[in-house]
Amino acid sequence: MKQLLILSGKGGTGKTTVAGAFIKLSNAKAFADCDVDAPNLHLIMERSDVPNKKDYFGLQKAEINTELCIKCDNCRKNCRFDAIEYDEEYKVNPFACEGCGVCEAICPNAAITMNPSVAGDLMLYKNEIVFSTAQLKIGSGTSGKLVTEVKKQMKEFAYEEELAIIDGSPGIGCPVIASMSGVDMVLIVTEPSVSGISDLERIINTAKIFGVKTAVCINKHDANASNTIKIIDYCKNNNIAFTGTIPYDPNVLRAVNLGENIIDYDTVAGHSIKTVFDNTIKILFD
Amino acid sequence: MVVKMKIAVLSGKGGTGKTLVSVNLASTAKDATYIDCDVEEPNGHLFFKPKQIIEEQVTVSVPQIEQGLCSGCRKCVEFCKFNALAYVKDKVMVFNEVCHSCGGCKILCPNHAISEIKKSIGALQSGTSENVKVISGFLNVGEVSGVPIIKKILEKGCSTNGITFIDCPPGSACTAMESISDADYCILVAEPTIFGVHNLNMVYELVKLFNKPFGVILNKCSKEENPAQEFCINRNIKILGTIPFDKELGTINSNGLIAVRENEKYRELFNELLDNLIKEVQHETVVNP
Repeated sequence: MKQLLILSGKGGTGKTTVAGAFIKLSNAKAFADCDVDAPNLHLIMERSDVPNKKDYFGLQKAEINTELCIKCDNCRKNCRFDAIEYDEEYKVNPFACEGCGVCEAICPNAAITMNPSVAGDLMLYKNEIVFSTAQLKIGSGTSGKLVTEVKKQMKEFAYEEELAIIDGSPGIGCPVIASMSGVDMVLIVTEPSVSGISDLERIINTAKIFGVKTAVCINKHDANASNTIKIIDYCKNNNIAFTGTIPYDPNVLRAVNLGENIIDYDTVAGHSIKTVFDNTIKILFD
Repeated sequence: MVVKMKIAVLSGKGGTGKTLVSVNLASTAKDATYIDCDVEEPNGHLFFKPKQIIEEQVTVSVPQIEQGLCSGCRKCVEFCKFNALAYVKDKVMVFNEVCHSCGGCKILCPNHAISEIKKSIGALQSGTSENVKVISGFLNVGEVSGVPIIKKILEKGCSTNGITFIDCPPGSACTAMESISDADYCILVAEPTIFGVHNLNMVYELVKLFNKPFGVILNKCSKEENPAQEFCINRNIKILGTIPFDKELGTINSNGLIAVRENEKYRELFNELLDNLIKEVQHETVVNP
């Protein structure tokens, strides 16, 4: 299976719109939404079936049995995450607890236990099409681990498929790094703004560290012609494949708000995405 | 009257205009501080181009093993919940990238073979841009978690007077949660798409969970339907103001310029937003002190 991951560095450049269009154009039978913190792909992939839903367990959380607690203060003093609070009784702030287990290990009276904790939902649609997605619980950490689970269940049920399209998350940190592992290529969707360019450079350098083949395309290229040229030059100078530009098109917004795919509309943006798709697929299967 | 308040700007979805709102509000206010908590992709500094920059490194502690003292008991390896330690070929190996710096291995080692050393994960830069104090955090490329940088940046930003605007990372996970922890009020920036609404709903849940007073700014408003506006009306959420979809504003912003410093018409727009905001925050502190 060839896996194509769509990333952007900066948020809101059009990852999900491009991913949705690519799925339609390639007729891919396997796809995933790795933006577990703010998943959106399901909103434009119309499905009548109900997904298989599983609890996702993140790291364990500490809990203090106040009857056994002798108030020695050791747990609070040694917690690096300020997760233990004292107000007449000792208690754990579950949002701050990272599940390291130091408090449990040092408690002289075995008053602390580490307990499983649900950190999100893992969802899988699987008929003739396998669509893996998830939703991290609000305020949760361990998003990288959930991203790994999303990709794992997609591969498990669609290992014979030739192509898988994966929608990624913004940024360069833990969920992005987790989404990069094992993919064959990253397509970065950027926009011609100084913010887009700065974020593009950071995500390209991240992909370089992890040794992933990378290509770039520009969305809303006509919003700033001189920045578009800058990005194309940057790619040329750094030997990064450039797969095309997509113009600003109000039909994209209309399609998204109707929960529809831009490819189903006869519009300029749709045609440009088709070119970007053809160029990208050529590199992916090279 | 001296106003001192901390305002977090967040959105769930990326690219809705958090940085546009926080940069322009900070430039409109007197004695303002802007802090960029989107340490993975910090952009505020591109607009402010701050001067007199002071940089400091942000470090975390990672274990160092004195192999001569290690008896090979593997207590540390068994303890580490993050799999940052492994016992390979009669030696304890450390994987710094996944270490959470909890310090547990050092506490548990019966032979005192583990000490901690500092590792840089990024930097803070403070500077000034006209009337605004600008503090940005930068996570090193390849590093996993920016939370320690966010903690440090908030410590630094909180000592200042006037209004502090906290530009948050997208999403509603640990980094966003950390960024709003000290805020007196939250601004949720929403764009008029169903993606925007879906993610607005998540940060709405986040601010409710943490009992933060909040209001919404609707960005990129046009004559088309606005599902974000409907969302707010249906839930009785305070709308602090709207920013039109405007080509000129888009161009100024994409060139890394600050709209209120470029054009009087945007200064008026953000002045009004700021007035509404201050009124709303003061109202909230009277109603829910």
